[in-house]
Amino acid sequence: MRSLTIDHVAGAFFTAFALGVLWETQKIPFGFLAEPGPGAMPTLLASTLLACSIALIIGGRSGKRVAAVQWLEWRHAVAILGTCAFMALALERLGYRLTIFIALLVLVAVLERKGWIAGIVFGACFSLGSYYLFNALLHVPLPQGPLGL
Amino acid sequence: MGEILQNLAVGFATALSPDVLVYAFAGCLVGTLVGVLPGVGPLAGISLLLPVTFGLNATSAIVLLAGIYYGAMYGGSTTSILMRIPGEAASVMTCIDGYAMTQKGRAGAALAIAAVGSFVAGTLSVVALMLLAPPLAEFALRFGPPEHFALLMLGLLVLAYMTSGPITRSLTMAALGLLLGMVGMDTMTGLFRFEYGLSELGDGIGIVPVAVGLFGISEILLSAGRATRVDVRAPRLRELLPNRQEWRASAGPIGRGTVLGFLIGILPGPGHIISSFVSYSIERRLSKHPERFGQGAIEGVAGPESANNSATSGALVPMLALGLPSGAVPAIMLAAMMIHGIAPGPLLIQEQPQLFWGVIASMYVGNAVLLILNLPMVGVFVNILRVPYSYLYPSLLAFATLGVYAVNNSVIDVWIMAGAGVVGYILRKLDYEIAPIILGLVLAPMLELNFRQSLAMSAGSYSIFFTRPIAVVMLAIALTLLLLGLRSAFSRAAHARSYLDPEPSPEPGRKQS
Repeated sequence: MRSLTIDHVAGAFFTAFALGVLWETQKIPFGFLAEPGPGAMPTLLASTLLACSIALIIGGRSGKRVAAVQWLEWRHAVAILGTCAFMALALERLGYRLTIFIALLVLVAVLERKGWIAGIVFGACFSLGSYYLFNALLHVPLPQGPLGL
Repeated sequence: MGEILQNLAVGFATALSPDVLVYAFAGCLVGTLVGVLPGVGPLAGISLLLPVTFGLNATSAIVLLAGIYYGAMYGGSTTSILMRIPGEAASVMTCIDGYAMTQKGRAGAALAIAAVGSFVAGTLSVVALMLLAPPLAEFALRFGPPEHFALLMLGLLVLAYMTSGPITRSLTMAALGLLLGMVGMDTMTGLFRFEYGLSELGDGIGIVPVAVGLFGISEILLSAGRATRVDVRAPRLRELLPNRQEWRASAGPIGRGTVLGFLIGILPGPGHIISSFVSYSIERRLSKHPERFGQGAIEGVAGPESANNSATSGALVPMLALGLPSGAVPAIMLAAMMIHGIAPGPLLIQEQPQLFWGVIASMYVGNAVLLILNLPMVGVFVNILRVPYSYLYPSLLAFATLGVYAVNNSVIDVWIMAGAGVVGYILRKLDYEIAPIILGLVLAPMLELNFRQSLAMSAGSYSIFFTRPIAVVMLAIALTLLLLGLRSAFSRAAHARSYLDPEPSPEPGRKQS
């Protein structure tokens, strides 16, 4: 595993992805070579991706090792992605202002350890300010929560 | 010429209308901030701010985005010169001599020359854009589906060839982007592909959530948890005047950088970055005292800064004239045009003269605004660096979520953004260029439609691609680039294998702009 290069790993992943797409394209009519149907281009592109991925694996024997890649920020990254997932789940349930307020409060107060007061003030100012800017000034409709928040 | 001046007058009437003027100013201001802030390049900045344009008309939207694009080029030089922190990748070369000048107490002169060089290059390159785009679009009106297919293939392959790293990597990324573009309804038969019962995917995967995820969210994830204490010292206003010798030494590099940047900018690829590197090496080669480079040579600031600004106008030539984005930033601007119901392509200049000439005129205005804005306010801009990153990135994240959701009022888009963010983060950690993905996604529907229309025209004969002169020339160039790229990739791999233990590349997850 330690001797694997990044091109090996990426190539293997994209090979699997291309094979998966090729499997899925079987459900779409291919048409004929002279008259391609909706499945023709995806098949052609998945085959190209497959060829490129195999070329990556073959040509990647001498590249940078996977073990050399450092993931020092992964904890922060996972927490930020978790916040992203929360926003996707909560946006239409809790409404824009409440969702953004909670997300920013967690990021600033918990993840960045700036204190609860800073988190509350920042979260409230941003969520209310951006709601006013987009909803009232730019007329972009934003979701409202159960309490009209 | 008379017609151009007449059109330009129409453009200025649009550009000088109060609302468009406000958006040009706002774009320049925001662009400068984007350029100043390390970690938020023009690509991430435009992706994150794209949703702001949804409430605007098409002209104001493009004017705002164009302002951000070239404003970022201006802003990037400020932190490069004062703190040796490149605000965006195209300013890396400015760090070398710009910062050396700061250490010698000539920061003001370096900032002034960078701003003047950017202004001259920006203005002259807009003249070139104005003269070149209309005839190019007129020529492209002769194109039928086979020529369009060949042009799109050529664009993708030139980008893959110009991108750093082996061509196999960039082709993989382009193929991935093209495959993502296959999701949704087939335009010729109405059949849904890969939508898995999600009605939101019926129209395909949106360009905005993918662009914001790949560039904006991945940037936030890569920079997560970093410390941001910076020591800021801005020069005073009276220190900003270069001396006569510095003016004289800068004239040639500014002129050469303008021409070089424009020509490189037209080609697909990260023209604004490549042009600044090429300009620096040319100036060093032409100099009678190359040993001064790296020690505070003004030519090392004037050339690259002019080149990267000129390249931004060059990049708009194929986008406005042919509807072919030459890189990720023009691709996102093209997406913005499509969101506003504007069909990109050679007919754009004829059908939307107000938009085209309005954008051109606003670029003249924007360049002047940037010159006026940047020099006196340099102290304000560098103070932006004092905003702690722990407050900045949550704002960017919330802003991205808001904007992506607002496109279609769809939570699926927010999930796509998060997914694209993870993909972008991992790929950038692995040193893969992600720009070809977004280009593939934008071009996929056009590529497929033109391919199938070509075959319908020829009753299924593939000879249509090889019997029409323009198409055959473009495909021949594309094939040559592909073969050259593959040869280089495999010979590089074979060469590297001859060493026992290859050295790892120094900087994983570097910034992409």
